[in-house]
Order: sequence, then C-alpha cells, then structure tokens
Amino acid sequence: MKRFAQLLELLALTPSRNRKITALTQYFAETPDPDRGFALAVLTGALTFRNVKPALLKDIVLAEVDPTLFAMSYDYVGDLGETIALIWPHHGEQSDLPSLTDLIELFNTTSKSELPKLIAALLTRAGINERWALVKLATGALRIGLSARLAKTALAEMSGKDLQEIEEVWHGLKLPYLDLFAWLDGKAERPDIDQSARFHPLMLSNPIDEEKDLAKLDPKDFSAEWKWDGIRVQLVLGGGTVSLFSRTGDDIATAFPDIVGNVQGMAVLDGELLVGKDFEPGSFNDLQQRLNKKVASAKHLKDSPAFIRVYDMLFDGREDVRPLDWTQRRARLEAWMAANPQTRLDLSEVLPFGDWDDLAKLRRQGADEHGHEGVMVKLRTSPYVPGRPKGFWFKWKRDPNVVDAVLMYAQRGHGKRSSFYSDYTFGVWKGNEIVPIGKAYFGFTDEELKLLDKWVRANTIQSFGPVREVKKELVFEVAFDSAQQSARHKSGVALRFPRINRIRWDKPASEAGTLEDMAVFVAAS
Amino acid sequence: MRLCLVPLRKREMKIAMLLDRNLHIRAIDAFIDPSTPKARAIVTHGHADHARSGHGAVLATPDTIAIMKTRYGEDCAERFEPLDFGVPLQVDEVTITLYPAGHILGSAQVLVEHKGERVVVTGDYKRLPDRTAQTFELVECDLLVTEATFGLPVFQHPHPKVEIGRLLASVTANPDRAHLVGCYALGKAQRVIALLRDAGYDAPIYLHGAMLRLCALYEGMGVPLGDLRPALDVPKAAFAGQIVIAPPSAIRDRWSRRFPDPVTCQASGWMSVKQRARQALVELPLVISDHCDWGELGQTIRETRAETVWVTHGREDALVYWCQQQGLNAEPLNIQGFEDDGGEGEE
Repeated sequence: MKRFAQLLELLALTPSRNRKITALTQYFAETPDPDRGFALAVLTGALTFRNVKPALLKDIVLAEVDPTLFAMSYDYVGDLGETIALIWPHHGEQSDLPSLTDLIELFNTTSKSELPKLIAALLTRAGINERWALVKLATGALRIGLSARLAKTALAEMSGKDLQEIEEVWHGLKLPYLDLFAWLDGKAERPDIDQSARFHPLMLSNPIDEEKDLAKLDPKDFSAEWKWDGIRVQLVLGGGTVSLFSRTGDDIATAFPDIVGNVQGMAVLDGELLVGKDFEPGSFNDLQQRLNKKVASAKHLKDSPAFIRVYDMLFDGREDVRPLDWTQRRARLEAWMAANPQTRLDLSEVLPFGDWDDLAKLRRQGADEHGHEGVMVKLRTSPYVPGRPKGFWFKWKRDPNVVDAVLMYAQRGHGKRSSFYSDYTFGVWKGNEIVPIGKAYFGFTDEELKLLDKWVRANTIQSFGPVREVKKELVFEVAFDSAQQSARHKSGVALRFPRINRIRWDKPASEAGTLEDMAVFVAAS
Repeated sequence: MRLCLVPLRKREMKIAMLLDRNLHIRAIDAFIDPSTPKARAIVTHGHADHARSGHGAVLATPDTIAIMKTRYGEDCAERFEPLDFGVPLQVDEVTITLYPAGHILGSAQVLVEHKGERVVVTGDYKRLPDRTAQTFELVECDLLVTEATFGLPVFQHPHPKVEIGRLLASVTANPDRAHLVGCYALGKAQRVIALLRDAGYDAPIYLHGAMLRLCALYEGMGVPLGDLRPALDVPKAAFAGQIVIAPPSAIRDRWSRRFPDPVTCQASGWMSVKQRARQALVELPLVISDHCDWGELGQTIRETRAETVWVTHGREDALVYWCQQQGLNAEPLNIQGFEDDGGEGEE
C-alpha cells in the first residue's frame, strides 16, 4: 500500500503528463500481480465497494472527533476525503497497512456491522500519506486529475502494444486483469473477449487541406455528410445487452437511459449523440448539460431527449463488417435500420453533390442557415480502420468565425508554462465597458507567448492571486467555431472552441468588436 | 456558580486594565507588535506582520533588533532597547520579561506582570527544538494571548526530519533536475538549510538574492549554514541535482526559468493539504512549519494553566471553541492589520 500511496501522491502533484506516464509505467512494471491489477482498477475508476461509502467514513471520524471542529476543518480543506485523512487523531507506531489486494479483500468481505471497526483500525495503522490514499481508495473519489486513458497509455508504453488494442480488450476484462498483464508482459495471447459488449476503437478523420487535397481527389470517389455538432459515440447492441461508449471507450450508458432503454437489434454502430426533440438537434450547450450529469434527471430526459444520428456500422449482427467498403457498409446500415425500427436512432443523410465547388457552396449554406460545423467527406471504397488513417475520411470545417476582442485578464499556465501568463480572458465592447466573452490559451507561438507574457507583466493594473487584470489595450483576433447564448457569462455569450488567431499589436482597443457584432453569430447557430 | 463567577470577573477586569484587546499595556503605554507606528512598541520577532518600521522606542531581543535593522535599515525606529531572554525589566509598576518562542531567531514571548497578575503574549511560536531559534520555554500565566496559525485539528505536523528525508530522496531520484524549495526568506529558509545540513547534506546550497543578507545575518549570529552560494552566473546545466532556496513567489515565476526542469517544492505547514499544494502548482510539498500544530496549541494552553485565552493570528474560531469546551474563558482577537502569516503572502 505504501508504494501505491506514493504513486497516487505523485500523480496528484505532478503537472507533467509525461512524468505521470513514466510513474505509472514504473509502478506497473515493478508491482506484482494481483496488486497492480487492483491498482489499475482503482486508477480507472473500475472499482467500487458496496458497503464502503463516504458517509460511512464520515461517521467513523465523527465518533472520534468533535463534529463542530470537523465541520470547521472540512470547510477549510474543502475535500471530504482529505479532511478525514488529515484529522484522524490516532496514530500507530509505524505504518504497516496490508497490501492493496488484501485491503480490497477486507473491504469486500467484512460485514457491514464490522466495517467501522476495521476502517478505524486501518486509519490508525496508516502513515500520513497512506491514510490519504486509504481514504481515496475507500471513497472511490480520487480527484487526482488522472484519466482512465492516461493509465491505458502507460500500459501501452510499458508493453509496446498499441493503445487501440488495449482499448479493444478493455471492456471485456475482469479484475484483477491477470490475463491483460500476462499479454502485456508477452507471456500469453491477447485476452479473448466477448465481442458483444466490448468497445471497438473508432475511425477518425483528417482535416482537409483545401489547396493540396482537393486538386488531387476526385469528387466521384467520395460521399459527403454534415459534420454534426454533438459527441461521437459507439452503440453496442448485443441482442439484450446495450452499451454506449464515448470516443475514448468510456461507458456513458448511465447518463443516457433514454437511448439505452429504447434501442433494439444486434449491431455495433457509429454515430453522433445529439439532444433535441423529434430528431431536431438542439445546441451543444443542451448536450453539455446532460454530459455533466452522471445520471440524467427527469427534467433533462423530458426537455432534452437524446438520440443518435448513425453514420456507420462496424458489426451487422455478429458479422464484422469493418473490412467492407464504405458503400457496402452504408447499404448494410440502411437495410438494418429498415429491419429494426428505432425511436432513438436515425440515419445521417448522404449529401448529393457534383464537384468540390458544389460541396463548398453546400458547406457554406449549411453553416449559415443551420449552423452546421462543416461536412465530412468519406472515400467510398474505404474499410473501417481504427485510428486516423490517411486518405479515407476528411473533415472539412466551415471557415471559423472571427472577432477582434480586447485582452482583459491573464492567468499563469500549468506545467511548462507555469512561469508564463498564458491563459487569456478577452472581451468586447458593450456600450462604454468591455465584457468578457471567452478564454483561450493557444493559437500563438512560443515566441509570441514570451512577448505576451512580457506585455502582461508591464501592463498589469491589479493582481488577484494567479490572475492579473491588464490595461484594456491589446487586441486579439479570436477565432471560434460558434457562439451561443449563455446565462453564465456576463456578456450573455459563450464561444465554442475559441483560440487566438492573431495578435493585433497594431489595432487600438477602441476598434475592437462589440456585443452587437456577436449577436449575428449567436443567431446563426 | 455565582460564587465562582464574581471573583473571576473581577480578575478579568484587572487583567483587561493591564492589557487591552489591541495588545496595549495601558500602565506604560506600550503596544505589543503594533501594525502602525507607536511611541513605544514591544516586538516579538522580525516577521513583517509583527515588526514594522517607524516606531519611537522598540523593546525586543538583540537578535530581533538586528533582524529589523537588516530588513528595514539602521534607523527604522528612533530608539532600540535590547532586552535579553529571562531578564526582568521593571517599568513603573509593570515588569516585562521576554522568553524564547522557538519560532525564528530571536523570537520571544512577552510576559507582563502587574501586582501578581501574569499575562503572556506568545507571538508566533513552536515547541519543537530547532537550532536556528532559541528553544521555546513554557511560561505559566493567568491570561494567555496565543497565535492560532494552524488552529484546526487537520494540522498535525510530521517530524521535519521525515520531510527533509523526502526532499533528499527526490534529489537522488531526479539527478537531472534542480529542486527549487520555496521558503520565506526570514526563518524558514535558514531552518530548512540547517535541517539539510543536519541530515548530512553538505553540497553547496544555492540561494535566491532575497535570501543572501538574512542567511549571512544568521551565520553572523552563530548559526552555521554551510556552503551557500548565490544562484547567479551559473550555467543552467550546473543546477542539475542541486538544491536552490527561493521565496515561494519566485519558484513558479520568471526567475525559475534559469533552472533545468525544476521540481517545485514548498516548505510550509500549509503543504499538508494536498489539494492546496496542487492548486499552488507545488510538485513536492514539504510540511515544515515554524508554528505549533493543533496538538501543540492545546498542549501549550493546558500547560500554561491560563484561565483566560485570547486567540489571534489564524483560525481563531476553532481554537476558541476548543478552549470553551475545556471550560476556559476564550475569545478571538480580531486585530486590525495582521495578515495571514504563512499563507500565500510573500513574507
């Protein structure tokens, strides 16, 4: 447990992604089975204990600590688990916690009535860092800023296996992943996983380069669809079982019971998850509201029903159709939809077009009239290949919207950028004042960053902790995909995917954009 | 109950005559650690939220006076009256005695005696012996004015040797990186250096410019700190595997760019809260504090046998609540001008 606690601490405090991966790789390489398997489960959030809950831990502590002092402490620390770990008043002579495996076994096998005594004894036996890790383990709320994907990336790095291969087997694995590690160590074959419930890595597209690509590509070889502004999902229908995965293989079924409970048939489908009534997509903001909830509320289910706009098929029944051409897969998909009537799935329409100019016109029209993000262009003869293969799928985004905005606040970045003011909040004119419309931290070069950092330091009006308010003098040309109404921002506008397009050292702030200018973009989406 | 309360209230009034809630000793018109210029000030120690410039007469330990002169200049007060530890000074009917507080070099508790009443103002203090500060001495009293910087039961400081061990282990494990240790320039920096030396670390330790004068002052007053060098004019690569001591504000700022892939460390009692360390972008938090932790605050209050406790500087509420649970008279002092020493400030 000591080693695992060290790992957790390092992961919590190291800002560098690479260093996190190195720490994980080392841990997995030097920790024996089954400890490392359980550690992986804890890190990826795959482990929960039926009878060990935050409320139970709180009760255990309140039996030992004055409730008023606990409340004051919790108020100061802000994290329940950490408060419990720090406030526990009893300390053993030395730290001698059982191994991770034994701890998990204890949590799972101890009766509900005996658990408080067991956990109290463990808290006393733990050293300070182990106590912190123990509470994190017991409550399941790590809050150390680690994604499941990063843990998988470390496994890939350790073994030299492809990340996609690991993701493919991931959802069929059983704790403590002995077969996975045996395979990663090169001591066994790849685990044989039940196809019906697992995630299949997605095929991704490349951005189109209008000058280079279009001249070379024959429009007749390609099919086009709208690029939908939702989230990419994979729906796995196992004939009785239904799984819904995000593009990285996270299971998001519990957030979308309206989809999972209302689909039938057997297939693996690729599509865009959208919200809106009668297959009419609402704003990305509506979708965001639902994504933020692990479990959907009744109000959300009623006001923002979810559906999937399907555009590809990986398995038809039990048959793997990924090697087939796009044209054949599309035909299979259409036939399957006809044979399996659905209330929460519809087809992404194929757009007829003659040549690239035709499609460009369509793309512009779609953006202006319906707020479409752009078009997808797919080679008719392409098989379904996981990853981002070259030459098969292209995304052709509409030209970004731009607005000239004034820098208002700057904040220090993280990691390598922690000594630079690299996160910028900018705004536009509303009458005589400037109101913030967004925040961006990329789009500029390292050289420009140095200049911006210098400018921020020289033009600071006041500081609030890591944030500096600057003179309202520097103009950014900000590019963004779309603008939406937002009650959360003072300006009433929120930008989607904002980035710094250009720094307008030359432009006076008085010539920057206004909130009225923004209204046009809001109306278009 | 009645019988018990009446005399207590009388004594309380007598004490209040002696010292009011602005830490003003009326009988001799002197203030303890005043935040604005006063004709007569008694200064517990040299940190900026206790020692200010511009007073008329300053009564303090010789070490504190030397620190004030180094930080604010020779004429930062009109007159200095050095008073050694343990030597009673009679002023009219009041007797003042300074006792070591163990916080930093020269830090003192102030005992004020008047007609048999004893009042102790602790200033900042810690109980654990530390060779860069005179070791805390317990003084029994009727009224105790205590600090409460770490006045919450979540603060249970580990032994500093353990924390220094973690720093040295990290230096060994990262030979290609520099370790930047954020420390307040007065007190914490010298203590961390001394702890490193006592743990057997005898390599040069590099210093940010803000540390140089105060380290020299400590050495001049008999606290050897070993091979110290300014972190100047040294090629970047030469800092690999080295320890650099700097003010907390510098370790994440432009100044830090001269070091190879630095590990940002911070030595402070606040660092026990990992979420806080994370927010402050501290990679290696070192829980090394020059203040009492929760247990030591309670221990001190009990051992002084004070019946009345005034709590200042920090989390007053929790400690006042605890005192009241113990049957003591306790109240918070909300003294104007005092800051949260050791927080994110730049002391």
